[in-house]
Amino acid sequence: MAIKPEVVQGVKDICDSYANEPSPLMMILSAVQKKYGYIPLEVQEIISEKTGIPVAEIYGVVTFYSFFSLKPKGKYVLGICLGTACYVKNSQQVVDKFSSLLGIQPGETTKDGLFTIEAIRCIGACALAPAMSINGKVYPKVTPDQVGKIIEEYKNKEAEA
Amino acid sequence: MEPIKTPQCLEQHIEECTAVLQAKLKGTNGKRAVVVCGGTGCIANNSVDIEEELKKEIAAHGLEDKVTVNHVGCFGFCSQGPFVKIFPEDTLYRAVKVSDVKDIVEKDLIGGQICENLLYVDPTTKEKVQRQDDINFYKKQIRIALHGCSLINPDLLEEALGYDGFKALKKAITTMTPQEVIDEVLASGIRGRGGGGFPTGRKWQFAANVKADQKYVVCNGDEGDPGAFMDRSILEGNPFEVIEGMMIAGYAFGASEGYFYVRAEYPIAVSRLQRAIEDMEKVGLLGDNILGTDFSFRAHIRLGAGAFVCGEETALLNSIEGQRGMPRPRPPFPAIKGLWGKPTCVNNVETLSQIPFIIREGAGKFAAIGTEGSKGTKVFALGGKVNNVGLVEVPMGTTLRELIYDIGGGIPGNKKFKAIQTGGPSGGCLTEKDLDTPIDYDTLVARGSMMGSGGAIVMDEDNCAVDVAHFYMSFICDESCGKCSPCRIGTKRLYEMLTEVTEGKGTEKTLEDMKELATIIKNGSLCALGQTAANPILSTMNNFPEEYKAHVTEKKCPAHVCKNLMQYHIIKDKCVGCTLCSRNCPVSCIHVTDVVAKPMVPGKPTMPGKFAHEIDQSKCIKCGSCLAGCRFGAIIKE
Repeated sequence: MAIKPEVVQGVKDICDSYANEPSPLMMILSAVQKKYGYIPLEVQEIISEKTGIPVAEIYGVVTFYSFFSLKPKGKYVLGICLGTACYVKNSQQVVDKFSSLLGIQPGETTKDGLFTIEAIRCIGACALAPAMSINGKVYPKVTPDQVGKIIEEYKNKEAEA
Repeated sequence: MEPIKTPQCLEQHIEECTAVLQAKLKGTNGKRAVVVCGGTGCIANNSVDIEEELKKEIAAHGLEDKVTVNHVGCFGFCSQGPFVKIFPEDTLYRAVKVSDVKDIVEKDLIGGQICENLLYVDPTTKEKVQRQDDINFYKKQIRIALHGCSLINPDLLEEALGYDGFKALKKAITTMTPQEVIDEVLASGIRGRGGGGFPTGRKWQFAANVKADQKYVVCNGDEGDPGAFMDRSILEGNPFEVIEGMMIAGYAFGASEGYFYVRAEYPIAVSRLQRAIEDMEKVGLLGDNILGTDFSFRAHIRLGAGAFVCGEETALLNSIEGQRGMPRPRPPFPAIKGLWGKPTCVNNVETLSQIPFIIREGAGKFAAIGTEGSKGTKVFALGGKVNNVGLVEVPMGTTLRELIYDIGGGIPGNKKFKAIQTGGPSGGCLTEKDLDTPIDYDTLVARGSMMGSGGAIVMDEDNCAVDVAHFYMSFICDESCGKCSPCRIGTKRLYEMLTEVTEGKGTEKTLEDMKELATIIKNGSLCALGQTAANPILSTMNNFPEEYKAHVTEKKCPAHVCKNLMQYHIIKDKCVGCTLCSRNCPVSCIHVTDVVAKPMVPGKPTMPGKFAHEIDQSKCIKCGSCLAGCRFGAIIKE
């Protein structure tokens, strides 16, 4: 896969912006993940050239942390909290409902590239259990019944756009 | 604000800011002050829109000169949010919606009347409570770590200065030697709030004893323990207090650089912390020669990237250094050889937030709170099956009964209390017999659990002990960093064995094997994650042996949670043949029988053609849709 020239430049700029920091790899990876949504091997090679850190080491770090992704994620990341407080209030059923309605397992993305289901760890919204977060927006007290409506909400948003 | 270059200048600012804040809270500035909760929980319930709407309404009524509006940090009582509080009356409105704003402005701010429908209602007395301090949830609390949270605007250095901010820093760096600071912290008896419970003063002393050209303070804000969110709320509610604690630590053992390592899941905390650091740099409270002394200090932020093990201090250091977050062997301890090989103290957010109190008010005052071995207060994140979910800061030695029933308001739906899990995935559960145990570091360990970071998840009779252990094991399995084989492979095997038990395929031998493997993992792991990985299993096995037994011998799940061990049944005597369940069933496994259904309206005849239903157990996927939909109580699970 060829990386677009503007992306190559963007990644290089990110590397440059942390040039004065000691051990900047985590910061670079966070910034790239945030800006482009994933960190494929080709991008890791650019980071390696800029920082002098071997690609093997960068790959090791990327695959260690759950925030970094090798593949693109869906436009809407449906993060359902499976922290303890949410789990004891049946958030697993919410995950199952999303899985059955969208036909994908947690960690997978729908074919249209719209949705990714993620079972996430505690987001600290324990009073709102079971909670979920969609692209950063927190949905409180989600029940399996609401799952269909939530999916519709985002599908409609797409249809309008 | 102009630069603060001398102690006298700081003193003057503190005086002015205190006067301004007091005038705001007491209304002596001729204005009323409205504050809105800006914690993560309330923001999820639209508190940002509420703040905007308040500003709009107030402007529409031309009240800008008479009323101020701003957001504050977490109120702690998250299950009742979003909160709006009005000074000087001290009126607390809860569960406020955007549509309530008009009422608050017109009725209260203009009309001078209380909006009764927005007040907290005591669940036992049914009385409405106007003031925050009169609510049972707050009565037993002492706020040291949460000092200023829900009161000051966390985006304003001025408000922090007006509420005791930087008094301790000034006292430490202008009137005390570094050793005196360490002695004071030692005398306070404070132990690390992040889980380990190691005396903070001793950690500092180790680092102070090492000579080095560079030392570091690291603040551990990688709050990964699911169900705990005190570090997030402290950083969101009063970031200045934590920075002040970090600076005092730096002064005490000779560090001039500090790193905050915060979870990337906490964007609001990170942005407020970032802003606080920048504002302090602008006035010279961070930088070179602070207050004209020889003490210089700089603070930086590093973000986590979603790895639970990074809460372990040596893994955290590796992560800051841009590596995989795997623990290092100890010794050497970080206090001797830490970040980039330099002496480093890693302190938890809550620990650092309590340091200013100790220096400002004196070690004696802190040590007067708590128990023999555990001094001061501890913040607990009370969650799960309890009425009042939220953050509470109570003296060490408070009993679980006080925590769950007096502060937490008991279990919803009059269900029976089963257990409370403390210490997260590394801890254990405590049951009925432990309810009157005073909570401190040592009593919790003696009873097979631990303090951990302060997560406290309440479970009722509907939760299955085996299922909860299974849940924690899946968490640990995912989060094991993979360095030590007993942890990497052992936790996976434990998880598989537990899965067998929850699916009814386990035997008594499985239980014995699990105990044996648990011991091996404990003894063969480098860091606390592996050493404590089996705790949830061992502790539930100890407390609920009969429940494990039921799973393996009778193949039953007494709490009706484990899917393979329970069935849904339709009681033919109650079924009215309405067909709702069969229409709801996703796998079409509910059929009519030839038994005539019960009448829909008691006393009237059965409608013609209505027959009782039954579930084909071979096809049932146990989703529970039938039970959830039945309005006649005809479906049970057993």
